[in-house]
Amino acid sequence: MKRTLTIATGVAAAAMVASSAFAGTLDDVKSRGMLSCGVSTGLPGFSQPDDKNNWTGIDVDVCRAVAAAVLGDANKVSFKPLTAKERFTALQSGEIDMLSRNTTWTHTRDTSLGLNFAGVNYYDGQGFLVQKALGVKSALELNGASVCIQAGTTTELNLADYFRLNGMKYSSVVFDTSDQTREGFESGRCDILTSDQSQLYAIRSKMAKPGSAVVMPEVISKEPLGPVVRQGDDQWFNIVRWTLFAQINAEEMGVTSGNAAEMKNSKDPAKQRLLGTSGNAGEKLGLSEDWAFNAISQVGNYGEMFDRNVGPSTPLAISRGLNALWSNGGLQYAPPVR
Amino acid sequence: MSKIFTPLPDLPAPDSSKGFIGWLRHNLFSTPINSVLSVVALYIVFSAVIPALNWAVFSANWTGLTEDACNSGGACWPFVASRLDFFIYGFYPSELTWRLDLSFLLLALTFGPQFVEAFPYKKNLGIFSVTGFPIIAYFLISGGSFGLESVPTEKWGGLSLTLLLAYVGIVAALPIGIALALGRRSEMPVIRTFCIGFIELWRGVPLISVLFMASVMLPLFLPEGVNFDKLLRALIGITMFQSAYMAEVIRGGLQAIPRGQYEAASAMGMNYWKMMFLVVLPQALKLVIPGIVNTFIALFKDTTLVLIIGLFDILATVNSAIQDPKWGAVETEGYVFAAFCFWVFCFSMSRYSQKLERKLHTGH
Repeated sequence: MKRTLTIATGVAAAAMVASSAFAGTLDDVKSRGMLSCGVSTGLPGFSQPDDKNNWTGIDVDVCRAVAAAVLGDANKVSFKPLTAKERFTALQSGEIDMLSRNTTWTHTRDTSLGLNFAGVNYYDGQGFLVQKALGVKSALELNGASVCIQAGTTTELNLADYFRLNGMKYSSVVFDTSDQTREGFESGRCDILTSDQSQLYAIRSKMAKPGSAVVMPEVISKEPLGPVVRQGDDQWFNIVRWTLFAQINAEEMGVTSGNAAEMKNSKDPAKQRLLGTSGNAGEKLGLSEDWAFNAISQVGNYGEMFDRNVGPSTPLAISRGLNALWSNGGLQYAPPVR
Repeated sequence: MSKIFTPLPDLPAPDSSKGFIGWLRHNLFSTPINSVLSVVALYIVFSAVIPALNWAVFSANWTGLTEDACNSGGACWPFVASRLDFFIYGFYPSELTWRLDLSFLLLALTFGPQFVEAFPYKKNLGIFSVTGFPIIAYFLISGGSFGLESVPTEKWGGLSLTLLLAYVGIVAALPIGIALALGRRSEMPVIRTFCIGFIELWRGVPLISVLFMASVMLPLFLPEGVNFDKLLRALIGITMFQSAYMAEVIRGGLQAIPRGQYEAASAMGMNYWKMMFLVVLPQALKLVIPGIVNTFIALFKDTTLVLIIGLFDILATVNSAIQDPKWGAVETEGYVFAAFCFWVFCFSMSRYSQKLERKLHTGH
């Protein structure tokens, strides 16, 4: 009986082993007709299933834009929800084609994991959520404050550094989960709550009275989040990187999902090159000439992507801040298409 | 004329020892210490149960579609209702969920009659539940043949995934466990050593690390570009882990069978397999039903650990949905719902095992 079982397991396993060539991710994706994209298991505004069971979020839209650029259809993505621990393995082993999962671009990750960061789709950083009633205007007025914090995260370290650097004292109130941290803050166990800013907005949206707390403008750490690809496949790296650049350029030029079709006939040579009316930008990437047009018309430009998922009209209500275009005082800057 | 003795009729029991008052006196207030303890216990029960009922039932919000409907201060059940499809089907395409529904129905039809004493084909149905049913359900759920659209495993999720993990784990772990238990008591050194090694290895590591190995380490060992399905990796991990536990439970039963039974079977000329399957195992398995069901229930609950490798079982879907910023703080509602689902299934398993024990309680 045991032998039969072993054989049966073996046959079942062999049937479900998916083999794919490793060298050209682009060819793999094209032959599969599907982009396999690693996302988070649930982070509001970044990657989360909505009430229709569709993945939504700014990280998810990055995947969709790449699928639109490569396959011409933003819906040809199979999303693989990954935990923080398995995300890099999934990419290294070829289980996914790209990773778009609120992953901070750091020196160690970029140099030692066999991965490349293709860009930054969200500039995050650790910040403070403060009770409005305190009337605090700047994080430098927080001397002696009690701080709610989630245990075992790097935020604890950043917090200690920041307060020591500015010669201030604080007492920390440590919680296990994000929900408990929020409840501690709401019930007044502490004056301020610290976490990554994108998290702070999510936490605030869950409070009984979201208006009673404000996110401080100060950011005490750099957390640039962006899509990641395997090292050694430069063509694929370029595709992911330039899809994001195309969306940022589109916002700068005023090309949106709504007007992309008419902009194709624009007299502006930069728009023509971006949308594939002239030049051969797509060919150089190994894609069709309407790669950027597909991404922009189906997913939108960077600004649309931001507003739809985390912008002021969403429950998160995050302002553009660092993520505004460089021309508006932010950091989002893309090299020109030419 | 002689005097005939007629006893007086029995006096009725005193009012204080019968009916509700009698029950109270006997069970709750028999001594002063008991009375004090009863009052304290009642106070604790009431102070915990009444607010819980208030929250969950009396002041709960039952209707509505958005967060605005939840304003009474009680539980916000519209949240669970709005995400119910997600909790049950995961990412399964909504136009194809009839295939999951059909599998659920088949499951109910396969196991429902087992509770009915008079149903005649229980044995056939039992065999069907471990042979035909898993195959039919597999083709129904995964599709790709018989004109059914293929649904990749990363779309499976919710309660249906929990049930699938538990079902496969249970159906596979029992026979492997029996084989391992027999192997561990075998007199052939290679088989015995292998079985001992297998059991001690899998029993010696936590399920979490097995799942981590399956999802994080295994892909690195495989040749580049070769990928096992993640769900399959988790299933194999869970099955191996649980068969080791099952083997030890069954070995406990085997050891409880007196030596005379083995000798009697041999004396009748039975070979090893006949002795085991006709004489020893039926008695041994009957003895360890509570242990087996205990392992099944533990397995059912352990399946939630797959959420740490990014599989969307029911708890992971709840975890994900409660973060939806469109709803306020709804984590309690989500977790209560998940706990309720688990309780329903575990409690039915427990009831079934008790029924089975009573039915098989023969000979003593």
